[in-house]
Amino acid sequence: MLAAEGLDVAYGDFQVLWSAGIRVQEGEVVCLLGPNGAGKSTLMNTLSGLLKPRGGHVEFRGKRIDGVPPHEIVGEGLAHVLERRRLFPYLTVRENLLLGAHHPEARPRREESLRWVEGIFPFLTDRQKQLAHTLSGGQQQMVAIARGLMARPRCLMIDEPFLGLAPKVVQDIGAVIQQINREGITIVFIEQNVELALRLAHRGYVLESGRVILEGPSADLLQSNEVKRIFLGG
Amino acid sequence: MTAEILLQSVISGILMGFVYALIAAGLSLIFGLMEIVNFAHGEFLMLAMFGAFWGWALWSVDPLLSLPLTTLALFVLGVLTYKGIIRWILGGPMLAQIFATFGLAIFLRSAAQFLFGVDFRLIQNPWVQGRISLGGLFIGLPQLTASAAALAAFAGLYWFLRRTETGLALQATAQDRQAAALMGINTERMFALGWGIGSACVGVAGSLLAIFFYVFPDVGATFALLAYVTVALGGFGNVPATLLAGVIVGLVEVLGGMLIAPAFKYAIVFLLYLLVVLIRPQGLFGKF
Repeated sequence: MLAAEGLDVAYGDFQVLWSAGIRVQEGEVVCLLGPNGAGKSTLMNTLSGLLKPRGGHVEFRGKRIDGVPPHEIVGEGLAHVLERRRLFPYLTVRENLLLGAHHPEARPRREESLRWVEGIFPFLTDRQKQLAHTLSGGQQQMVAIARGLMARPRCLMIDEPFLGLAPKVVQDIGAVIQQINREGITIVFIEQNVELALRLAHRGYVLESGRVILEGPSADLLQSNEVKRIFLGG
Repeated sequence: MTAEILLQSVISGILMGFVYALIAAGLSLIFGLMEIVNFAHGEFLMLAMFGAFWGWALWSVDPLLSLPLTTLALFVLGVLTYKGIIRWILGGPMLAQIFATFGLAIFLRSAAQFLFGVDFRLIQNPWVQGRISLGGLFIGLPQLTASAAALAAFAGLYWFLRRTETGLALQATAQDRQAAALMGINTERMFALGWGIGSACVGVAGSLLAIFFYVFPDVGATFALLAYVTVALGGFGNVPATLLAGVIVGLVEVLGGMLIAPAFKYAIVFLLYLLVVLIRPQGLFGKF
């Protein structure tokens, strides 16, 4: 469904990704693992079009999307929830959600989508008129995911959905990720906590210093000595 | 001093305040969108005033009649400024960003001096003139008209920003460019639109001011300075707050001029500016 190969990405003279690539099948939950600065977010930003790769290519549902601007990629069915939620702080929850369905493919189904995400996150119903920046961190993360879902994506990419959240909220959001995956949405997410990530994901990719150094089913990665070396310093 | 004079001043301060607010709203909109101060904003206003003036002088078209066309022309000028200049310096160093619009301002002012001369011009016999008296108070009809129209334009801008899909997309772009792009918003188009609307604000304001204010190449300077004070007062990027801030500036200007001395009226306005910047740099009302 989503396939990237040989991605070279640089900020100015500073190259961050070196021939990185991933392949995601429809219906999967895939996590990107790796220490800080490994290039996970850069990879995700390249997939969604925020960054243009110097080399390599990205295909989504059989279509080349590298070089396509981000506002068109979301219309292809690939949505991206940025790290640290990045809601529009001075817009209401409702306005944030409506903007999630701004692109022409999603706009006609906006009201229906709104009811759908309210079904997934019931607290949204009472918070419609609240300004986004006044929500708690966990609620903001949920609005961010709901806003991503408003685009009616076939694949939802979430950058660090659990960052800075209380254990209870981490559980809730983990459950939501599984629920929307059961509804047929492919998930790619970034997480630093290996056990948490691999419990949720079917497969994982491990990045280090801008390269994909390991990939495989979650069970294999959990046993891998390489993973222990990188994440536990062992 | 009598209460009547005071009341008279308050009214004229509020009336001018609405016009200041509209000018400042355009500046604030552009700043909020991309953190660039358009130092040519006053010169855009000057061009709008000259547009209104020449429409009257050459074809006897009243500024109120040519207002839609002047506004459209300024909208186009704003879009062209974005596409021709601003877009190329967005990634550049801060000084390049400042001097690009500063240079444009000097160019426009000099070009106006070259083409139109430095004379002060005044539109004679506009549609609205004279004054009405209300219980001993006199209100100039041109000022009243300009003020009401500026307020209406401001309300229209507010409605557009708060109630339309495009307005929402514009706000989203101002608040988080990357997140907006991921919503399917063409942020490049929003930037151009923001410059268009921001400049259209002075298209309206310039047409209105031309009814009762002298038109000359340097006319933008004073209004632009007042607009910077207004924007700083309201909070950079906070468009609705510029309405109240504009009225405050209008009042301070008139009352300061009356209570101390007319020569000091701008000094007092800028003192207010300095105080706000020192004590509450985010503006009286903070972020929109």
